[in-house]
Amino acid sequence: MSKHLIKINNLKKSFDKLTVLNGIALEVNRGENFIVFGQSGTGKSVLLKCIVGLLKPDAGEIFVNNKNILGFSNKEMMEYRKTLGFLFQGAALYDSMSVRENLNFPLKRNFNFSEEEREYKIVQSLKMVGLENAIDKMPSELSGGMKKRIGLARAIITEPEIMLYDEPTTGLDPITSKEISALILELQKKLDMTSIVVTHDLLCAQIIADRAIVLHKGDIIAEGTIDELTASNNKFLRNFFSNNIIKE
Amino acid sequence: MNIPKIKYKQHPTTAEKFYNFFLNISGLTVFNLEFFKQLFSFPIEIEETKKHMYELGVKTFSIVSIMGFILGFVLALQSYPVLEKFGATDFLPATVALSVIRELAPILTALIFAGRVSSGIGAEISSMRVTEQIDAMEVSAVNPFKYLVVSRVVATTLILPLLTMYVIAIAMFGSFIAVILSENINFIYFQNAVISAISFSDLLPALAKTFVFGYIVGIVGSYKGYTATGGTVGVGRASTTAVVMSSLLILIFDMVMVKITVWLWP
Repeated sequence: MSKHLIKINNLKKSFDKLTVLNGIALEVNRGENFIVFGQSGTGKSVLLKCIVGLLKPDAGEIFVNNKNILGFSNKEMMEYRKTLGFLFQGAALYDSMSVRENLNFPLKRNFNFSEEEREYKIVQSLKMVGLENAIDKMPSELSGGMKKRIGLARAIITEPEIMLYDEPTTGLDPITSKEISALILELQKKLDMTSIVVTHDLLCAQIIADRAIVLHKGDIIAEGTIDELTASNNKFLRNFFSNNIIKE
Repeated sequence: MNIPKIKYKQHPTTAEKFYNFFLNISGLTVFNLEFFKQLFSFPIEIEETKKHMYELGVKTFSIVSIMGFILGFVLALQSYPVLEKFGATDFLPATVALSVIRELAPILTALIFAGRVSSGIGAEISSMRVTEQIDAMEVSAVNPFKYLVVSRVVATTLILPLLTMYVIAIAMFGSFIAVILSENINFIYFQNAVISAISFSDLLPALAKTFVFGYIVGIVGSYKGYTATGGTVGVGRASTTAVVMSSLLILIFDMVMVKITVWLWP
């Protein structure tokens, strides 16, 4: 089994005349928490959407488990997506469904579990995020932090091999942000997932990161551990992390 | 599915409006083709379709009931003095029945349905689009087009003919009430006069076109919602343009289908 679960080569993506990803290359190892830093609009979310097949890159290759996902048929893409979990920036809970139905949705449609098994998994997932009492609530009755937790519970309920987080702590207060970050780390260890986290929250990254890259103007300008990146003499990195460094 | 992306500006020029119009036509064509491609593919969303049929039926039931009653009532009141001048009041049930069945019930029900349902579908799907719920569905290995669009379009296509038949019945009841206010007439006589006046060639084309109108309401609302961009402004735009576009298409298709009907059953 290869050490790298995800390998990206020369990935390019533009929208009209705006180049967002300018031929980036990266490797994500099995079981690691990989952070993608960068300013807003540098292509972090675009990178995630390319990895899950929501956006088609203009050029490049994305290998997951040594298979180039850009060559997948619709059926293969569907099978591939069953191995993924994705936490969206706004949680993207289905408004018309209760928390139970939100969690039940991927289970009911993609797996052959009995009703009792599904209910057990729903309760277990909610317990993992500490919100088993919210099972019958509607998304409109939840706070921002609760929505993120439910979004997380929905993403992990299928026990994905790869978990992708799009700004998991954006818009949350520092305490909730820290709780969510701790939860991400705990779940990653419990479920043995490989995670890619897009963020510009250094506190979140300090809690969960094994390795990180920094995207700037469509290119990767730095790669390493959080300590290496924050200690860098690069002018952009110093500026990026200067207002953000938190020592435990 | 490669739907051309439309860029909306706050103050578009006439040339940009024309360009967007043709982009809409091409987008709607691609969307229609995708619908027929996915209509018979598995999984068939029967539960979801049934749910939407029930919801759409309930949503529009009261308003079409009121509209149907008033339509029949007013039509009878307006026609009575004209027929009386020619001593032809006996033809009143037949006149009202033919007007309601051939044209008024299908078109008015469709326009009310468009106003109520097309905007609702546009708003619902577009808000799912701008809050990334459609992306979330896709990442969960669920086909959002099949789940959201196909089920809704099938539901609107099947429910509108049922609503139209109901409106026809209510309109005839309304006209009967209007008639008994001015003439001593019994229900059996009225009913027999209506039944003897209408034929297969009146009912079939009228009902056939309601399937087309129902399809238009569903597909336009879904298209506008599915392709929405630009946050909450996009949701509002999808909702209003869905009503305008579906109403306009209903009127255009009505004209075409009436012409075909007249040609087939002169």
